Amino acid sequence: MQGMYLLVVDWYFILEKFLLVGLVVSLSMVVAMYATYAERKVAAFLQDRIGPNRAGIFGLLQPLADGGKLFFKEEIIPLASSKALFVLGPMLAMITALLTSAVIPWSTPLRIFDRNISLQIADINIGILYIFGVVSLGVYGIMIGGWASNNKFSLLAAIRGASQMISYELAMGLSLIALLMLTGSLQMSVIVNHQLGGGLGGLLSWHVIYQPLGFVIFFICAMAECNRTPFDLPEAENELNFGYHQEYSSMKLGFYLFAEYINMFISGVVMSTLFFGGYDLPFVNEETWNIHQNWLAIIGFCTLLGKAFFFVFVFMWIRWTIPRFRFDQLMNLGWKRLIPLALINMVITAFVILWLKK
Amino acid sequence: MNVTQILFWFLSVLALFGALMVVTSKNPVHSVLWLIATFFSISGHYILLNAQFLAIVNIIVYAGAIMVLFLFVIMLMNLNKTTEPKKNRWLKLAGGVAGGCLLLVFIAALKSSEITQQTAEVKTGDIGLIKNLGRELFSTYVVPFEISSILFLSAMVGAVVIGKKE
Amino acid sequence: MQLTQRAKQVDRRPMTQLEKLYLWNIAKGMWITISHLFKRKVTIQYPEQKRTFSKVFRGVQILNRDEEGRERCTACGLCAVACPAEAITMEAAERQPGEEHLYKEEKYAAKYEINMLRCIFCGYCEEACPKDAIYLSQTFAQANYDRKGFIYKKEDLLIPNPKEDPDAYQRAVGERVTKPLSS
Repeated sequence: MQGMYLLVVDWYFILEKFLLVGLVVSLSMVVAMYATYAERKVAAFLQDRIGPNRAGIFGLLQPLADGGKLFFKEEIIPLASSKALFVLGPMLAMITALLTSAVIPWSTPLRIFDRNISLQIADINIGILYIFGVVSLGVYGIMIGGWASNNKFSLLAAIRGASQMISYELAMGLSLIALLMLTGSLQMSVIVNHQLGGGLGGLLSWHVIYQPLGFVIFFICAMAECNRTPFDLPEAENELNFGYHQEYSSMKLGFYLFAEYINMFISGVVMSTLFFGGYDLPFVNEETWNIHQNWLAIIGFCTLLGKAFFFVFVFMWIRWTIPRFRFDQLMNLGWKRLIPLALINMVITAFVILWLKK
Repeated sequence: MNVTQILFWFLSVLALFGALMVVTSKNPVHSVLWLIATFFSISGHYILLNAQFLAIVNIIVYAGAIMVLFLFVIMLMNLNKTTEPKKNRWLKLAGGVAGGCLLLVFIAALKSSEITQQTAEVKTGDIGLIKNLGRELFSTYVVPFEISSILFLSAMVGAVVIGKKE
Repeated sequence: MQLTQRAKQVDRRPMTQLEKLYLWNIAKGMWITISHLFKRKVTIQYPEQKRTFSKVFRGVQILNRDEEGRERCTACGLCAVACPAEAITMEAAERQPGEEHLYKEEKYAAKYEINMLRCIFCGYCEEACPKDAIYLSQTFAQANYDRKGFIYKKEDLLIPNPKEDPDAYQRAVGERVTKPLSS
């Protein structure tokens, strides 16, 4: 039962976790930073353009330039806003975006100084529920920011965004219940282990094979939770008079925009962990390679990153293909299509599992 | 004092402070946000008791869903000082007396109860983990569990009926 | 009546249940965008690369000189009359003895201004000019810090002297000036 307790005092353990948290946070930050660059490049390439290429070779320093610009912009706090909450909004958005990564198993354990170092910050019993908890808190960044701006349009956009997120959380949760029936656990490490060791180097035991509909629903909902086009109603710049961050400027605006990219990366990681075998490399059986454990861990980590980047790319690809939904269409899709579909998926899965067990 | 105790005191102070701020805040939106902070510290207490499922469900349901609806309503109503009704001084006094009486009753009831002898089991007991909790709910407590689910279902049907009536 | 060969009849039949899922249409759209990922990019890297202009490109005006470097403009005002945007103003002056190397005719423009914020680059001034004195060159994308800077004076508009600086003269002429310059 060791490890199930969230509080075990062991200084090496604490140091290890601190380092891991630092690493994961900085990784998310760097990835999000370059996701902004990738977004612009992908958009450009899909539109037959070249994209940013002036700052550094291939424009690789562009994110730094953008960040620097945001830092040096004038910071405006509207006089009529409630100041503490106005500052709290972007902070919350950022914190909730970063919190999710705590339960992701990034790879197989490393072995350093004769200690097995798990590359998962917290392998808690309720991993998936934790993700839901954090995702459901993501609403507050939007709502508080929108309300504190003391601007009608910000408030309306915030409420638009919050109702969207609440609606799609439901379908997201329901789509995962079917997955949980397969694994019988909410623990992320168990879910990943469940997908290892199938045919074709693990590929045939990936959950996406058993739960294609569940994955599609989860994918759509993840896109809605990240406020990505076609679900970017909360921040529709031109059509709906911008969004909840209308009054924000400087790095506080940057935080909001940045949080979106972190969310995108993390949801890519969550999707690959839940449905695409996590750190499992398909078509080969890494266990038989007879190389050092650390190398295996690094390969697994790169695999997971690769999968996550693929999803990030798909997000971008969709963004530059599909136009934005209207609000009633959005609500119809969420409540009248996805939730019943997820329920049907759940019931069918339950029956199949029962039938197979007989 | 070990880590658990430090955390316990920290969370208790946070919970009490948050609860006080809920009552004393002038702005209802601030009250709701303090209430969310209170829920978080209570969830922290659950984690100290190794009731992980309860902790996270508390956050998802209360902090994540119900409080959002509260915020919705309060933000749209645009409550502020000018709309706040004037309170009668006698009403305040009556409220104070009633509250004090309630506190007295609570203290008296708790003093003689067995709770003072039972301390919470910290770091032991796995009943709060999701597997055990689920097993308990669907075996020992299956009847109340199903009844409550029927209650929720009827509430949902009622909500749909009200929503359809235009 | 069919105007083009590419016109398509819009299908106005109500969508079937399968079509309402938009699955096929979304897949088609995604295919279109991803196929553009591998297409040749049309971007021109401006300061390094430059687009080749057509012969009739109309850029910023220049005031021409003849081959001896004398200003051709006689301040007749026909360009100002022709200008639909009323961007051109000028003041005439008489050529004094001893200034024959500066001005081609007896009358010349002492002041010649074009307000570039009003100019629409229609090229009517060039057409109106009886002396081949004003041309629309291939220079474009002027920049300035304030609005005053966009009122181009005669010094800004005059082409470099072909005798003193033939290279700069050639550059300013560009490919645009095709009419014979001497006449």
